[in-house]
Amino acid sequence: MSPVSRGFHGRHRARGVDPGRVPPGQYVTTDFPVLSAGPTPRTPLESWTFSIRQAGETAKSWSWQQIRELPSEAVTADIHCVTKWTKLDTSWQAVSLDVLLGQVQHQARYVRAFCDGGYTANLPLADVTGGRAWLAYGYDGAPLQPEHGGPARLLVPHLYFWKSAKWVRGLELLAADEPGFWERYGYHNYGDPWREQRYSGD
Amino acid sequence: MTQTSYGPDDGTLDGNAIGGLLRELFGTEMTTASGTCATCGYTAQVAQALVYLDAPGAVMRCRACAAVLAVIVRRQATACVDLEGLAALDYPPPSS
Repeated sequence: MSPVSRGFHGRHRARGVDPGRVPPGQYVTTDFPVLSAGPTPRTPLESWTFSIRQAGETAKSWSWQQIRELPSEAVTADIHCVTKWTKLDTSWQAVSLDVLLGQVQHQARYVRAFCDGGYTANLPLADVTGGRAWLAYGYDGAPLQPEHGGPARLLVPHLYFWKSAKWVRGLELLAADEPGFWERYGYHNYGDPWREQRYSGD
Repeated sequence: MTQTSYGPDDGTLDGNAIGGLLRELFGTEMTTASGTCATCGYTAQVAQALVYLDAPGAVMRCRACAAVLAVIVRRQATACVDLEGLAALDYPPPSS
């Protein structure tokens, strides 16, 4: 570890940034750091699908082409990584999860995203509906690159970015909450950056 | 190609990158230990595993199938070590 901590580089106060947009303990970066817990998956688009599962069954599945034909939005959002970087005004092309979940009859209260590579992330249904979460396939005017989760990732910008699962392939509808990959290992179950919910117990 | 393939990614680390961490946790040199993947059965030295350190914790994966072998997360004085993805971890390694 470097003997000089990040704090001594003065990155916490980027020039011209409204401090009200930077959650506690975060610093603003203009880079887009890549943090992965595994090798980058590459799935050919012709065999890629996005599925909603319920009670062990696939309730609905879309091909890449079908996802691209759904109404999409240009989303601008600030994103906050638990490793303390915040990136402002990121721009995405994405389908609202309201559109996808609206095509399935369910009474779920939680979802768990599942991904190529085995990664999972759990979220309350209330946090992925109401225009607060998306399936994103475009970033900064271009297709979302594999290192950033392409062809598609979740975008849930109001929570720490580990919840915005990369290489997502679907959502599992759940009646009861079940922890995802990092949540099993002591990361906070909810992950609100404004309350600095990094670890379980925060 | 119709299935998902993985990597190779530039700069992926191997088990030697967590040699110090494992020595601290297990009290001995573990990179020469023999690990068997619970997913595909591939057996190799810990040193040969794929390791990801830029995530919130250290993640060790099988070089053959990329399944998670072990996750180590440290918070303050406590280390959480999950070896669920290992069918076996033999130290000293069985003689060949």
